[in-house]
Amino acid sequence: TAEDLARSEKLGGVGCRRKRTEDARFIQGRGHYVDDIQRPGMLFGDFVRSPHAHARIKAIHKDKALALPGVHAVLTAEDLAPLNLHWMPTLAGDKQMVLADGKVCFQNQEVAMVVADDRYIAADAIDLVEVEYEPLPALVDPHQSMAEDAPVIRDDLQGQDEGAHGKRVHHNHIFTWEVGEKDATDRVFDEAEVTVREQMLYPRVHPCPLETCGCVADFDKVRGELTVHLTSQAPHVVRTVFSQLSGIPESKVHINAPDIGGGFGNKVGVYPGYVVATVASIVLGRPVKWIEDRIENLSTTAFARDYHMTGELAATKDGKILGLRAHVLADHGAFDACADPSKWPAGFFNICTGSYDIRTAYARVDGVYTNKAPGGVAYRCSFRVTEACYLIERMIDVLAVKLGMDKAEIRLKNFIRPEQFPYPSALGWEYDSGDYHTALKKVMEACDYEGLRREQQEKWEQHGELMGIGLCTFTEIVGAGPTRNCDILGVGMFDSAEIRVHPTGSIIARMGTKTQGQGHETTYGQIIATELGLPADNIIIEEGNTDTAPYGLGTYGSRSTPVAGAATAQAARKIRDKAKKIAAHLMEVSEDDLEWTGEGFQVKGVPDQVTDMPTIAWAAYNNVPEGMEPGLEAVEYYDPPNMTYPFGAYLCVLDIDRYTGETKIRRFYALDDCGTRINPMIIEGQVHGGLTEAFGVAMGQELPYDAQGNILGASLMDYFVPTMMEAPSWETDYTVTPSPHHPIGAKGVGESSHVGGIPCFSNAINDAFTRFGITHVDMPHNAYRVWRTLHELGLDRRP
Amino acid sequence: SDKVHVSFTVNGEAVDVLVDPRELLIHTLRERLRLTGAHIGCETSHCGACTVDLDGASVKSCTVLTVQCQGAELITVEGLAGPDGLHPLQAAFVQEHGLQCGYCTPGMLVRGWRLLQDNPDPSEAEIRFEMAGNLCRCTGYQNIVRSVRRAARELRGEPVAEG
Repeated sequence: TAEDLARSEKLGGVGCRRKRTEDARFIQGRGHYVDDIQRPGMLFGDFVRSPHAHARIKAIHKDKALALPGVHAVLTAEDLAPLNLHWMPTLAGDKQMVLADGKVCFQNQEVAMVVADDRYIAADAIDLVEVEYEPLPALVDPHQSMAEDAPVIRDDLQGQDEGAHGKRVHHNHIFTWEVGEKDATDRVFDEAEVTVREQMLYPRVHPCPLETCGCVADFDKVRGELTVHLTSQAPHVVRTVFSQLSGIPESKVHINAPDIGGGFGNKVGVYPGYVVATVASIVLGRPVKWIEDRIENLSTTAFARDYHMTGELAATKDGKILGLRAHVLADHGAFDACADPSKWPAGFFNICTGSYDIRTAYARVDGVYTNKAPGGVAYRCSFRVTEACYLIERMIDVLAVKLGMDKAEIRLKNFIRPEQFPYPSALGWEYDSGDYHTALKKVMEACDYEGLRREQQEKWEQHGELMGIGLCTFTEIVGAGPTRNCDILGVGMFDSAEIRVHPTGSIIARMGTKTQGQGHETTYGQIIATELGLPADNIIIEEGNTDTAPYGLGTYGSRSTPVAGAATAQAARKIRDKAKKIAAHLMEVSEDDLEWTGEGFQVKGVPDQVTDMPTIAWAAYNNVPEGMEPGLEAVEYYDPPNMTYPFGAYLCVLDIDRYTGETKIRRFYALDDCGTRINPMIIEGQVHGGLTEAFGVAMGQELPYDAQGNILGASLMDYFVPTMMEAPSWETDYTVTPSPHHPIGAKGVGESSHVGGIPCFSNAINDAFTRFGITHVDMPHNAYRVWRTLHELGLDRRP
Repeated sequence: SDKVHVSFTVNGEAVDVLVDPRELLIHTLRERLRLTGAHIGCETSHCGACTVDLDGASVKSCTVLTVQCQGAELITVEGLAGPDGLHPLQAAFVQEHGLQCGYCTPGMLVRGWRLLQDNPDPSEAEIRFEMAGNLCRCTGYQNIVRSVRRAARELRGEPVAEG
């Protein structure tokens, strides 16, 4: 209502475009990021890294480095082995070398850490460490991983035919994961009037946060306590892991994630740098800082994607989809460190039936080792939803082309209808809510879709110019997740909030998530402001310090709003319930006679008998009903009943220069529906950022390896991060279809624009070539590669 | 030792440092002078997170040696706010949501600040061109462009709608 809106504006509550509390410190250079930290006696650690993709280490000579003034230590796997820290467990249930243990398995792998007075001396000392290698054949093509004579990458797994995710059938095979009804799906395909099949590569890319990974480890020998400041999206999980690895009780491990300069999934896992800096601090009894450079970040921390996919659709002649079959060859690099809930080795790839009512489906993912850096899940992927969405959205287009159907029409025909929600998908998810037809029609109208199609036709026929129209109508799955099937290394994927109201009505609240720029310090305050009727400006939100914040699973998978956002509302409601009892006591009426006004309680039907929340807060500390605990605070650990399933309809219009292959994005229109919108300003900023990433991924980013296993393009010399010049302008829109199971009806949204944006760009490029019989070209669609397609079609020859 | 005395001013205050000739200005600012607003985002001079103002020009301080700064006048993000409070460009970044993680922000602000002195009324295309030396991973740039345009209007004394 208008009254609610006015109150929200006044309090800074849900729905208003509240300006960010974070900004004041960031615009004045007063943020507090890891490399800003200085501690007395702090040393600097940095790595000697492998020039080889695959080689045995015959010897490491430290003497010259150790002789350099200012060098305190050179640590190798031999130094870590007695502590059993030369390997570490990964979130995928595999293990990863911390420092090279007898061999290296990817280029730039960590071989030794030099600890010195400062980073300049450390860099000098690294050059003085001599490592003797015996090169081995490198395996870079995942399609060759399971060849009989393929090099053995993981000698440590020799003879182990059972991995963390079932049977292993080859020395480079990590897992096979299947979902759906194989036989039924095969039958649908055998009998279908129309089938299409397409192979597509979702190339290896990298999240490349502007701040790289780093830490300051500080072991206090006197107290026997470890403090580590680090770039972590999941600091509590890091604390548990560090405690398990080091044997130090969790109560004596203080993990602190300060301000983080972007995460984008890059900062979920534990990297060797954190571990070795910690060991070095324990050994030397001094703080040790480790800050990686950009090349190290791009070439050794969590990459994203690298899914080699085969998609198939079965349909009737008039375009009703009957079945989906998907096979994926997943390149996980040398160690499976793919961040996933532990029962989901291919993440939530099984959302790949998308926004469509497809009754029969089957998907299979085979993970393999190669001589590359570990990773896979990162970069706004929501646990492989990027790949799932790309597969279905490309296949829908491929089917439309085969049937000669319009690409919007085939979507409208197959969408899950609003009345079908909650909708059980063929591959096991229960979508919470959606109204896809309304969203797509809104976008088509806003962009004059029919007019664009006419223009596309005319442009080619009359001027020989190429124009592409891309559509993507995606369904996301975010908010992991129900503890019955979602856990990280055994810890259920709940999240938490702890809210404490002070006597004068201001609030300190902490959550188990960790912002990396998404505005949590602003938006969690908005939820509390609306729930408790107290002004957001007097609510302090904190995350990241494991001593003070309640245990949570962290921020990734767009899970903060679905899980900790829900916990925040629920904790606030516990406080409101208690406040109601106090109000009844103060007003000398029965609780049943009171109703919530948005800022306090009034006696039903008697508007002038009111008590506001500051009055109640004060009373909570000096005048509570007999038998009631003093104070006003609550905690909630929220185990979500389901994920949230935000959706969107995106449209991209682009023009291709026939002679150079250069593409100009003319228009990009993004409609997102994430249910209740907590702060539209912040959502728009999330969408702009995600779309810009999507543009980068679709149009230029890649991390290729050559046949020798050299990683190519892993610096900003080549790795395409768009500047203001390249980045398109974005148009955003929305509808509101609340999540019925979420306390405030809000769904996650942070990753939607990346998930949906990439297929939209790629579909637009492919759409430009539809008339020439091309069904699919792989990303990235940079000028050279687009030109190659033009050249193969003979379109680049000037008349 | 081979260390060199260098004297310059930062945000109007005279400073004196003793540095190795190879020390980069960004490290001197961050580690010796504790002006940690300027950041490091790459080692190939692309990202501009380290941008500071040196004698009236925007420079990437990861690509300048401190010994080159003898007698220079430097301004960093910490020096943008005046006695009356925030510079209009800083306020505009808040109003238009021109930052998220805040890591590129100090470099963006210092670059935008110089741009608006060189060109008080830049078009969107001019802003995008003139600030293309600064990478951002969060915002998609759109709100940064709006922030700079808002500040430009503010500085020219034109009415600015409440955002």
